[in-house]
Amino acid sequence: MEVRDLRMRYGAKDVLDGVDLTAHRGEVLALLGPNGAGKTTTIEILEGFRMRSAGEVSVLGVDPAHGGEDWRARLGVVLQSWRDHSKWKVNELLDYLGLFYGPYSTQDRPRPWPTGELLDLVGLTGQADLRIKSLSGGQRRRLDLAIGIVGRPELIFLDEPTAGMDPHGRRDFQDLVHRLSDFEAATILLTTHDLAEAERLADRILILDGGRIVAEGSADELARQMSTHAEVRWTTDGERHVHSAAGDPTGFVRQLLATHPEVSDLEVRRANLEDTYLGLVQRAENITELEEVTR
Amino acid sequence: MSSPSVRSTVVRAGVRRGLLETKHSLTNAGELAWYLLMPAIFAAVLVFMRDSTVPGTDFALGAMVLPGLIGMSIAMGGLLGAPSIIAAEREDGTLLRAKATPHGMPAYLIAKIVTLTLTTLITLLLLVFPALLVIEHLRFGEARSWAILAAIFALGMLTTVPIGAAIGAMLKSTAQFGWIWLSSMFFVGVSGIFYPLTALPLWLQWVGQALPFYWLGLGSRAALLPAEMAVVEIGESWRTVEMLGVLGVWAVLGFVLAPVLLRRMARRESGSSVAARREEFLTRSY
Repeated sequence: MEVRDLRMRYGAKDVLDGVDLTAHRGEVLALLGPNGAGKTTTIEILEGFRMRSAGEVSVLGVDPAHGGEDWRARLGVVLQSWRDHSKWKVNELLDYLGLFYGPYSTQDRPRPWPTGELLDLVGLTGQADLRIKSLSGGQRRRLDLAIGIVGRPELIFLDEPTAGMDPHGRRDFQDLVHRLSDFEAATILLTTHDLAEAERLADRILILDGGRIVAEGSADELARQMSTHAEVRWTTDGERHVHSAAGDPTGFVRQLLATHPEVSDLEVRRANLEDTYLGLVQRAENITELEEVTR
Repeated sequence: MSSPSVRSTVVRAGVRRGLLETKHSLTNAGELAWYLLMPAIFAAVLVFMRDSTVPGTDFALGAMVLPGLIGMSIAMGGLLGAPSIIAAEREDGTLLRAKATPHGMPAYLIAKIVTLTLTTLITLLLLVFPALLVIEHLRFGEARSWAILAAIFALGMLTTVPIGAAIGAMLKSTAQFGWIWLSSMFFVGVSGIFYPLTALPLWLQWVGQALPFYWLGLGSRAALLPAEMAVVEIGESWRTVEMLGVLGVWAVLGFVLAPVLLRRMARRESGSSVAARREEFLTRSY
């Protein structure tokens, strides 16, 4: 999957302003960002559900804007269900949707995934004969996931997959994602606004903010990359001082000590990834509130 | 473009879905009540009209209404059934699921045709029970009647399902469906089913004759009423050629418009559009 300079404009507003991203086979990628950062728009363009304004996009070697049904058969899209197919039984729906993938079965990827195995995998075996409307919210999310992978996809899109799941469900979900990427060699792109979840699941995290990728890398790399801010605190004559040093805290401290030999209780604290990310989310929320006030 | 194996899969999946959804619908109390509505209306009409005859004849008025109801059931099956299903399933995300599945959309449409055909047929069969009360006036014993009825049913579904689907594709929410319902009530009023068209002002006669309701009713009357009853109709004839012409025009219109509008609608479906409609629905209900 390869994206170059992706842009999306609604009226005068740029929702995506030059997004670049690459995903390799078998990689788990998390698109992390505050609400309104453009995560859903990006994923819908990649799914072929939304036309982009500009940029180059290639998903499994095909431009999603012209992706045919054969291309679609290799994708798994996990949608959030609401009331659809409420009268269907769980196994009826999985059997039915599986039918469409039969013609795309290959030697190394037999399709579809047999319903029994699939139910076992997502932990819904006991609910196989229940009507979908009688499932709990968490069970429904498991079913959504099963539907997304019934065709044994090579590439899976998950938009906010654990929203509304309890901690136990989240844990099961994370195990399943690892299984899919390790044993199925599936490439996975998921969106989330939960940093901890992105850290646990993803090989690589992309932080999207204001329609751009502002940082990219593994959790460790990001922590180093984004933590250029530091806070320096010290005491002179019993008075406490705080300075927020951007760029070069070491240089600031050296100069401070040279000019103020009386400095004591010196403290230098680097902002960690979480601080930086929370700062980002905070800023985005302030902007949203501002927009709501002005509206 | 698609291989024969894909095509047969799509047809099989569509038919299976259609049968399954018909079964679901028949085990649902709310929908069963809907199927019983038309026979109940007819039974009520028969009771009220039991002593009335068609003016100038000694033909039972109730027996005159049955063919009209057959026509109306066929028209309602497509013109109301199709848009209500499409609007509801677009709102709840069913259409998006079909779109996310390879060849899911054509199978979905095949399923809708199967379901609407079967459920309309069930409504028609249920009409037979009250019809037994006036059976001696109707030509149920003749092969000709059944051949015409079968033709009217097939032609009616071909005409009204695509038009209904096109209307459904244009609806923005299920809330707008109320307007379709109201306007169809008006169209039934000027369809000559409950009230002879010739008794209406001339401009309403034209409105009535432009719509499928009237012609499907007329076709059913041609099938079931004695030949001499044609004198009550406009032009004192069953006007078979005109019927084929008007229904044909509607069918062509539907087959041209429906794929374009359905494709346009499907193109706009995405996770966020379904989520937005869910939000709207939830705010609407409180």
